[in-house]
Amino acid sequence: MSAPTLDRPVKADAPGAPQPPGPAARLMAHPKAVLLLLALLVAVVSAAVAGSGEWPGDLTVDVRTPLTDFNEWLVDNRTTHPLFLYFLLHISNTAESAVDGVFSALESLGFLGVTVAAVLIAWYAGGAGLRRRALVTAGTAFGTFAVIGVLGMWEPAMDTLSLMIVCVAVAAVIGVLLGLLAGLSDRAERMLRPVFDTMQVLPAFSYLLPFVLIFDIGVPSAFVATVIYAVPPMARLTALGLRGADPAALEASASLGASPLQRLWTARFPLARKQMLLGLNQTIMMSLSMVVLATVIGAGGLGEPIYKALAVVDVGQALPPGIAIVLLAIWLDRTTAAAGERLDDPEEGVRTSRTAWLLRGVVAAGIAAATVIGSALGRQEWPENWVVSIADPVNDVTGWIERELSAGIPLIGGTQTWADGFAVYVLNPLRSALVGTPWWALLVVAGILAYTVGRLRAAVTVVLALGAIGAMGLWTRSMDTLSQVIAALALTLLIGFAVGVLAARVGWVERVIRPILDTLQTLPAFIYLIPMIALFTGGRFAGVAASVLYALPAVIRITTQGIRQIDPSALEAARSLGASTGQQLRQVQIPLARPALLLAVNQGVVLVLSMVVIAGMIGGGALGVDVIKGLTKGDLALGLTAGIAIVCLGVLLDRISQPAAAVKERGLR
Amino acid sequence: MKHSKRIRTSLVAGAGVLGMFALSACGAAETGKGGGGGSDEVTITVPSWVGAQANAEVAKVILEEELDVKKVTLQTMDEPIAWDALNSGKADAILEDWDGQPEKQKLYIDQKKTVVKGGDLGVTGHIGWFVPKYYADAHPEVTDIKTLNKVAKDFKSSESEGKGEFLGAAPSYTTYDEWLIKNHKLDFKIKETGAEAAQIKEIQKKYAAKEPFITYWWEPQWLNADIELVEVKLPEFTEGCNEPKEKTECGYANTPLQKYLNADFAKDGGDAAQFLKNFKWTTEQQNEVSKWIAKDKMSGEEAAKKWVAENKETWEAWLPKK
Repeated sequence: MSAPTLDRPVKADAPGAPQPPGPAARLMAHPKAVLLLLALLVAVVSAAVAGSGEWPGDLTVDVRTPLTDFNEWLVDNRTTHPLFLYFLLHISNTAESAVDGVFSALESLGFLGVTVAAVLIAWYAGGAGLRRRALVTAGTAFGTFAVIGVLGMWEPAMDTLSLMIVCVAVAAVIGVLLGLLAGLSDRAERMLRPVFDTMQVLPAFSYLLPFVLIFDIGVPSAFVATVIYAVPPMARLTALGLRGADPAALEASASLGASPLQRLWTARFPLARKQMLLGLNQTIMMSLSMVVLATVIGAGGLGEPIYKALAVVDVGQALPPGIAIVLLAIWLDRTTAAAGERLDDPEEGVRTSRTAWLLRGVVAAGIAAATVIGSALGRQEWPENWVVSIADPVNDVTGWIERELSAGIPLIGGTQTWADGFAVYVLNPLRSALVGTPWWALLVVAGILAYTVGRLRAAVTVVLALGAIGAMGLWTRSMDTLSQVIAALALTLLIGFAVGVLAARVGWVERVIRPILDTLQTLPAFIYLIPMIALFTGGRFAGVAASVLYALPAVIRITTQGIRQIDPSALEAARSLGASTGQQLRQVQIPLARPALLLAVNQGVVLVLSMVVIAGMIGGGALGVDVIKGLTKGDLALGLTAGIAIVCLGVLLDRISQPAAAVKERGLR
Repeated sequence: MKHSKRIRTSLVAGAGVLGMFALSACGAAETGKGGGGGSDEVTITVPSWVGAQANAEVAKVILEEELDVKKVTLQTMDEPIAWDALNSGKADAILEDWDGQPEKQKLYIDQKKTVVKGGDLGVTGHIGWFVPKYYADAHPEVTDIKTLNKVAKDFKSSESEGKGEFLGAAPSYTTYDEWLIKNHKLDFKIKETGAEAAQIKEIQKKYAAKEPFITYWWEPQWLNADIELVEVKLPEFTEGCNEPKEKTECGYANTPLQKYLNADFAKDGGDAAQFLKNFKWTTEQQNEVSKWIAKDKMSGEEAAKKWVAENKETWEAWLPKK
């Protein structure tokens, strides 16, 4: 009985089965559905009567004045207040000198030294020797740095790398400490979880501005923002690893008389190592994406040429730094993943500590030798005549695409036509519906929706989140944003599930799309925007399209994996009962993959929301524009409130799409 | 047991680093970098519009090739952040300021004296509302804000909710359009364009198709050489008419664009600082370089080198007298 859902159609066809109940009776059997229907009816009627559903002015709270006051206080006291002199400015100065130190270290290694160092470290992480994994990892490292040099991106890449090294080191230390707290104490876990959620969903752009005032522009603010963004995965996975430790091992260590501290050192940490490495891997990836975004506050590095290219819509100029970022991500990912795989490899454990030290000695000697050779040749920087420009051919291609695809293709119109059509037939009605419904009716609908999905707790959360949006006076802007987010989310899930299912069932599809997904996931979000402007001339549809592109890879991946991972015997049983392909999919694979699909929805929500702000750069996502405006005009009140409203929208969407059980389960996992 | 030892070592190292943070926190921190000193390295801020990039690229080429400055860094950052950078000494110069940060000017120039004026750029900035000539010729009522509502329906689009569509400024640009539209009861809705480039793309497309559009627009702007626009008449600007901004009914001022320098750099920056003070060119010259960068897709450096090669007599006057 591994597939109970299978029973239903068989029964219905069986002779003598009881007559299906009438529609009304069937409805009455689901009181929640009745409630929802009633609420929707109220909403539609009240919308038709009222016409406009704006949040009443006297229910808003003035958050603007205190925020503006705070802003001014910061500017006035930055160089005099003890809080700055004895604490915050130390963070800035230390971060700055640490990054400077790493940068000059990389510089003195020279391009030869850095490349050799990267290759040797990758080789060592892959298990050293001549085995395949070590050589492939080392090859990836070599390819990465060679291409970065050839594309003329060496210097900005080193900038980015040095900022990253410092950020990842600090984020990993903080992450382990917080993970230790959350892993050992249930209360700490409950307290930290919402904090981590907020750290990841609150758009960085909305707090970059106060950081600029507090920590100074450039590296220090970028450092703090990146650490905030990159800590949660490390902490979460550390906690997870600590909690997941095999009770038998702990029991054994306790019965041997180990004190709690000894148990932590000798049993829990070693058992959690694999999760912690995965956490480090995630932390590195998140740091990379944040370090690129931090260009906006003058952090320099690889993000800068992309940001400049966005200002002149120049795909050719944006591509080399984009490729460099993708390659850095692949190199770092493969290196840490190889280190993780090694833990699983039974052959590895036998190396004695002497050979390990010998290997490390070889690595260090190799790097030193390369540095000496490099400086002896007088070649510290990447030689200029080894640089190849790809800007012109790339621009020729994009120019052609833009001219040919934007309008006038027979039958399917063209990109511009789709954009207009999507705005008229999807975005506008959706927005009118959300803005036109009275606010209280929307609260009721959202509350009941959340109640049917996740019980009382979810309902309360959702109503509070919407209430906060209204109280900040951002109701209309938020509903406008919500309409775009819902449209993007629907498109993402539709395409994502379809492609994911296809990839799960047809082997070659998966092989073909895998590299594409890899690239899309590591490409900085900025880069999507440039072709979007070219194809759809900015605005809401361009924003939606960019969000879909950004969120799609994760959704496809999780779907494919979820469907693949279900118990093969269930599928086998269905097949032997004569279920068609469609039936297998509908009645076995999808129900059993439900947790994975829910996770895909959750990731879709998070990723689409994180693109709202980026879409603001090309005029999409109403609240996104406010966040960008707040940052670029130095208006803290505007940017921060819009950022909080985006978080509230995230909470709303998450709670009405995630059944309570799933949320709980994921939190513990 | 080997694993646990390694973990312990790394934790001890981590604790050590944290301890160092804590120790160093005992003394008062330095509050700023305090100017680069000398003129070996110069950092110029570059906002997101192309015209400003043209200034900076040309200055960079001349500083590096004629005045032997070792390294000129062009830092991309928007106006408010650039002012903070000048204050802290992280950057040395702003070459094109549109007067969009009056509070910061007061704070850093008058009170803290960390930023000093660097003189005129020579270019006068003008912001306004513009429509294409082909449309203005057929519908002259579009050229005055008082009669603008008569033609609002011509500007309808999928984005404008039944009103006329007004192409808005990029988020970091100085604008009062929102209040102007509200206070003059215009039947228009601003379409956020998000970035100058997106706005330019949109204008180019509409211009090529001879469609009507009305837009926030400005001079100097390289695209003006390619398209013919007519300005909409707004009530004249008088000092203080846009304060508070919610009450604004007047148009935009003509802003002689300004240069600003970090105070320490201005004092100790030697030839480099003197050169940046002398830097002064015309709207046409700036537009020429901008166009090479934005339209002909030359790199900033190529465009600047080309201009420097062709205009020796102009920039020689900017070099400090020996």
